[in-house]
Amino acid sequence: MTPVIQVSGLTKHFPQKGQPPLRAVNEIDFTVQEGEIFGFLGPNGAGKTTTIRILTGLSRPTAGQVQVLGLDLASDLVRIKKRIGVVPETCNLYDELTAFDNLIFSMQLYGVPRRERKDRAEELLNRFRLGEKRSVPFARLSRGMKRALTIAAALAHCPALVFLDEPTTGLDVMSARTLRQMIANLRNEGVTVFLTTHYLEEAERLCDRLAIIVKGKIVALDTVAGLKACTPSKVKLEVTLAGADGQVEKRRLECDHGVEPALQQLLTESEGRSILSIDTLRPSLEDVFVHLTGLSAEVMLAEKGGKEVKNVNG
Amino acid sequence: MLMDDLRGMFYIALKDLRAYYFKPPNISWGILFPFAFILAFAIRNPGDLRALVPGLLALTVLFGTSSMEAIVIVFERRIGSLERLFLAPLRLPALLAGKLLGGMAFGLTVTLVVLALALAFFGVDGVNWLLLLPALLLSAMAFSALGAYVSVAVREVFEAQTLANFIRFPMMFLGGVFVPLDSLPAWLQFVARLLPLTYAVEALRIALSGGRGRTAWTDLGALALFSVSFFWLAVRTLEQQME
Repeated sequence: MTPVIQVSGLTKHFPQKGQPPLRAVNEIDFTVQEGEIFGFLGPNGAGKTTTIRILTGLSRPTAGQVQVLGLDLASDLVRIKKRIGVVPETCNLYDELTAFDNLIFSMQLYGVPRRERKDRAEELLNRFRLGEKRSVPFARLSRGMKRALTIAAALAHCPALVFLDEPTTGLDVMSARTLRQMIANLRNEGVTVFLTTHYLEEAERLCDRLAIIVKGKIVALDTVAGLKACTPSKVKLEVTLAGADGQVEKRRLECDHGVEPALQQLLTESEGRSILSIDTLRPSLEDVFVHLTGLSAEVMLAEKGGKEVKNVNG
Repeated sequence: MLMDDLRGMFYIALKDLRAYYFKPPNISWGILFPFAFILAFAIRNPGDLRALVPGLLALTVLFGTSSMEAIVIVFERRIGSLERLFLAPLRLPALLAGKLLGGMAFGLTVTLVVLALALAFFGVDGVNWLLLLPALLLSAMAFSALGAYVSVAVREVFEAQTLANFIRFPMMFLGGVFVPLDSLPAWLQFVARLLPLTYAVEALRIALSGGRGRTAWTDLGALALFSVSFFWLAVRTLEQQME
């Protein structure tokens, strides 16, 4: 496979008054292969957005080498920009322009030939189920529609690589589901996707490979299966018990000292209730994330909403 | 790359004109505001009304170009859409030049309306068109670049409006719009010579009276210098913000 992004020793420091510089990204290395959906996970302030901003030319690195689509980021930025699409976390199209005009303006900026613009805009509107909203100003679209149109605008010039920063954050279930399907379809079209998300399930479902970044350092990079296999997560059992009154109860057992002692203790405590089923629980991506970051998925989402951050390991 | 820059500039200007500039309140305000000032002055000091035309035109260019220009960039930065332009395949100076072009196009459009009204009223005799057109163009460029610099130098829309007015209003009273420069004390004349509006009024006055000569070229040169300086400052400020 051909590497689409090659990052080596990427570092970004922000100066702070009277303090040592903030190391937002600290000597990270990774490669994104052509046609894959590459997930970039991490808690708030881990360096995800800073990395995306550098890769898309919005911010300059303090040190390190970056190649995007075989071109050097420092010397070939304009040529790189022609071939990438970026969907930022906030929907940032123009409120005053209609859905159709926003797409046309994107294509004008990227030099899509005039004769192709109209057909391409219509095709994108239909693909993102916005055909009926063609003449509606961006300001008057629903949140899900704004998100879809922002993604459509990023695809308007047929980029080879798309950066998606938290694409489903703040969407209702159905809109998020539809968008995930659209992102999955991009892979089928041969587009490489660089995705950041706070939703671990989304990352697990969509991404071919994942990098987990904590405090500016990549602490793990592998396929979802590879990450799970490397996690020293303890085996868990889920036991379904039925009482004499027919009431069903589910219990999760942590097998700290092996499966047998845990089951024996369960039998002692079950007091005549019958065991209906025993299931083995495999480590989830959340387990991997908790192990590597010390944060739970709930805390990560709470961070996103600005709530208090708590360390699950104490 | 040059083609990418030129294309980007053109479409950014076109988009700004459609999305922000050519709205009814902007057009009417852009034309009426300078008229209101000049009319108030003329009622208070009745005399040669024709002598006020250069000032009227200069004020129309100043407010027509800089009012929206000073807000557009900071507004787009607040809502995040400026980032779309940073991500587009064009260089930063081209992006800013596109913004400038939008301001200039609007400012010159409203000024041409005011010019047409003024010439219809006072007649076109003695107008040096070869000087008038570059004077209008360079004035629009200088004021639009000033607006762009104000817009990138601040973080909030209200700050942009405050800073723009802080610069424009003293300029309006010192720049020879209402009071001839010669009648000012020497130190105020020195201050006036540091302001682009002074050169715009002077160049327009010479052009409308059919004059020519070295003074007009000095004025045009000064306006070009102000344009380049404000534009360079705006580009540098934006570059530093992206560090």
